[in-house]
Amino acid sequence: MSSPFKIESSIRDNLSVVALEGHVDAHTAPRFEEVVVAELAAGRRQIVVDCTRMTYISSAGLGVFMSYVEEIREQGGDLKICGAIPKVQATFEILGFPEVFDILPDLEAAVRRFRDVPVREN
Amino acid sequence: MAGPLCHERRFLLTVPSSTENLVLIREFVTAVGQQAGLDEVDVGRLELAVDEACANVMEHAYGHDDTKEVVVRATFDLEMLHIVVEDTGLGFDPGSVPEERLECLIASRKSGGLGMRLIKSLMDEVRYEFVPGQKNELHMLKRIHRA
Repeated sequence: MSSPFKIESSIRDNLSVVALEGHVDAHTAPRFEEVVVAELAAGRRQIVVDCTRMTYISSAGLGVFMSYVEEIREQGGDLKICGAIPKVQATFEILGFPEVFDILPDLEAAVRRFRDVPVREN
Repeated sequence: MAGPLCHERRFLLTVPSSTENLVLIREFVTAVGQQAGLDEVDVGRLELAVDEACANVMEHAYGHDDTKEVVVRATFDLEMLHIVVEDTGLGFDPGSVPEERLECLIASRKSGGLGMRLIKSLMDEVRYEFVPGQKNELHMLKRIHRA
């Protein structure tokens, strides 16, 4: 089987970084959701989802971003996305994610964006 | 002149209805798409559309019952790739899903219907056929653009 799924969370510059690797589909998205829920339960509201090593995402994974961003913003935080490869970026764009989410080229840019615009207002 | 690609080619994959098999389905349609002559971008679109269709069947038509089977049929000729995702579960009319704006879905904490929205965006034609109590078929067509 190609591209096994992995997920890691860490802290960087007081931000929570959730790094996804491999395929995020209907089978693996629940693990992504569990990690986001755990971050929120731990009181972390500034979350960067690092997609640098994510090679595929379907609507199940996209739904995790959509399900939690509003709640996070209501509590003064944000969910920002970085490092998407062109194929993943294309999927984000089909659904209009750039109009709703801050999507940055890499983790450094996401950290800077959090400093400049902690909460995106649409 | 009758080259081998002038003939229609047919492929069939049947898997138990479990989301762990989505990766198998993606590998299958990716291989078929490449053999049909789709470019890399269109192969990626095909992979995502078929994944969404099969995930819908596994989760909604079959309600995660892995004793059921999902069937993916693929046929291509020089001009067109035709995929059919077939199930015998609960019928579902994709035309009944309203297309809400992303902001509205987020505000209402809903992400349902995203898969069908993706499928319609990714494929050139999408058609649903169902015989109540017998079978449901989602037909998806992709035109093959040859350089």
